[in-house]
Amino acid sequence: MSLKLEHVSYVYGSDTNLAVCALRDICLEIPDGQFLGLIGHTGSGKSTLVQHLNGLLEPTEGKIFYDGRDIWDKDFSRRELRSNVGLVFQYPEHQLFEVDVFSDVCYGPKNLGLPEEEIRARARRALDLVGLSKEYDKQSPFELSGGQKRRVAIAGVLAMQPKILVLDEPTAGLDPKGRDEILGQIAHLKRETGISVVLVSHSMEDVANYVERIVVMNRGSVLFDDAPRAVFGHVKELEEVGLAAPQVTYILHNLAENGFAVDRHATTIKEARDTILAALRSG
Amino acid sequence: MIRDITLGQYYQTESVLHRMDCRVKLVGTLVFIISLFVVENWWSYVLAALFLALCIRLSRVPFRFMVKGMKSIVFLMLFAAVFNLFLTPGTPVVSFWKLRITDAGIRMALQMAVRLTLLIIGSSLMTLTTTPNQLTNAIERLLKPLGFLIPVHEIAMMMSIALRFIPILMEETDKIMKAQMARGADFESGNLVKKVRSMVPLLVPLFISAFRRANDLAMAMEARCYHGGKGRTQMKPLVYGGRDYAAYGMMWAYLGLCIVMRIVL
Repeated sequence: MSLKLEHVSYVYGSDTNLAVCALRDICLEIPDGQFLGLIGHTGSGKSTLVQHLNGLLEPTEGKIFYDGRDIWDKDFSRRELRSNVGLVFQYPEHQLFEVDVFSDVCYGPKNLGLPEEEIRARARRALDLVGLSKEYDKQSPFELSGGQKRRVAIAGVLAMQPKILVLDEPTAGLDPKGRDEILGQIAHLKRETGISVVLVSHSMEDVANYVERIVVMNRGSVLFDDAPRAVFGHVKELEEVGLAAPQVTYILHNLAENGFAVDRHATTIKEARDTILAALRSG
Repeated sequence: MIRDITLGQYYQTESVLHRMDCRVKLVGTLVFIISLFVVENWWSYVLAALFLALCIRLSRVPFRFMVKGMKSIVFLMLFAAVFNLFLTPGTPVVSFWKLRITDAGIRMALQMAVRLTLLIIGSSLMTLTTTPNQLTNAIERLLKPLGFLIPVHEIAMMMSIALRFIPILMEETDKIMKAQMARGADFESGNLVKKVRSMVPLLVPLFISAFRRANDLAMAMEARCYHGGKGRTQMKPLVYGGRDYAAYGMMWAYLGLCIVMRIVL
């Protein structure tokens, strides 16, 4: 069920005097079951790119294949695609509209035309996955806290049981606790269901702890596409495009420059602790 | 889709008309509209068209851009023209079934079409060269003498806020629409009832967000001690320059010429 982009370009307002090229010649493949991080500075084209993944935007040039089929083919159902590629927008809580939490989560599966029991079962499971128990079911989504609203909105997409889940800045505007909760739940979800997850963010720290592959975007093109360790090796280039490596990377680079035998490529705090301890013991 | 409508849109460029005092442009547009309804013979329409062509040239807005915005109102114009064509009494030229076309009807229909075209191009020329904020500013200044009757500043402020919110709400609609489409929503197919029902997931979040934004804006204004128009000065007060007086002169000359033509011809 892989998703493949071939030489995709996108231009906003191509027929006006203010045309902006948002994506240039993007080639990308999202294989089954991968946890992918998509990183870029504000305006680098991340959000435009993710709207191509489920057929909300049609590329100006290039092709997108889902499961080997061109998604802009005449007889390809993009509604079906949208149930397979679940997209959670930035500030998804702004899309909530129902009278209670449970019915809002039911909206997606209902649109798929599923039988009533299946809809309820899917909604319940989706709410369980984001850690909202039954007692929230009958509450108005507008009375919840910001983090809870966001979890309801994510559940609304999960209830469609997508094979690929795309989250556009799921932690924007949350406090550190809410951020860790959401990211933890996404990681948990990934382990539990084995679906592919694309996590869009501008924060390396958010992404470093969870993903297995990082795609760095800059001015509408892919700058790096590699494992986190390899990407964070390019500290200089990342800073040039307005991004930063995780703080532990900086500490390790400084330590290494001052003669400590540490592994510069550690990306998480745990790995950094281990390599520092090892260096201290051997020294 | 909504972005294709150029009527009432601002076109960013550098020209004499863009730099002109917005009050002149507003009064000028009113004078132009009045002149269209004062005149009755064809030479006056040629004069009006020439005057408009001169203004368009000065504005440096591509004519193509203006015509593109006209497409949406062609239907309205046809409607008006057809009604005039069939319902004006006079000497019949062609008649079939219960309908008849009179010579006066043809004349009226043509006149109506020309008037409406000139009127719409003329007023869209103003909005193309004047930002909404300048426009409300001009209205506020021109209505100032009526300050004892109506709260001029408050009305102008409400207008500029309303205008400012249009693009924001359009963007918001687009975003929510996409978010619901990502959840399998279908806004196109189905009968009327189904279509209206499919709007609920779009309208509820849109209303909520409009209220949220209005609240935030009110709070931000209060935090900066906004308390209405009393004793409020402007950062860039409107001052007439030589060019503006010249424009006024041309305008009155044009109106005078129109009136003279009506009396003489």
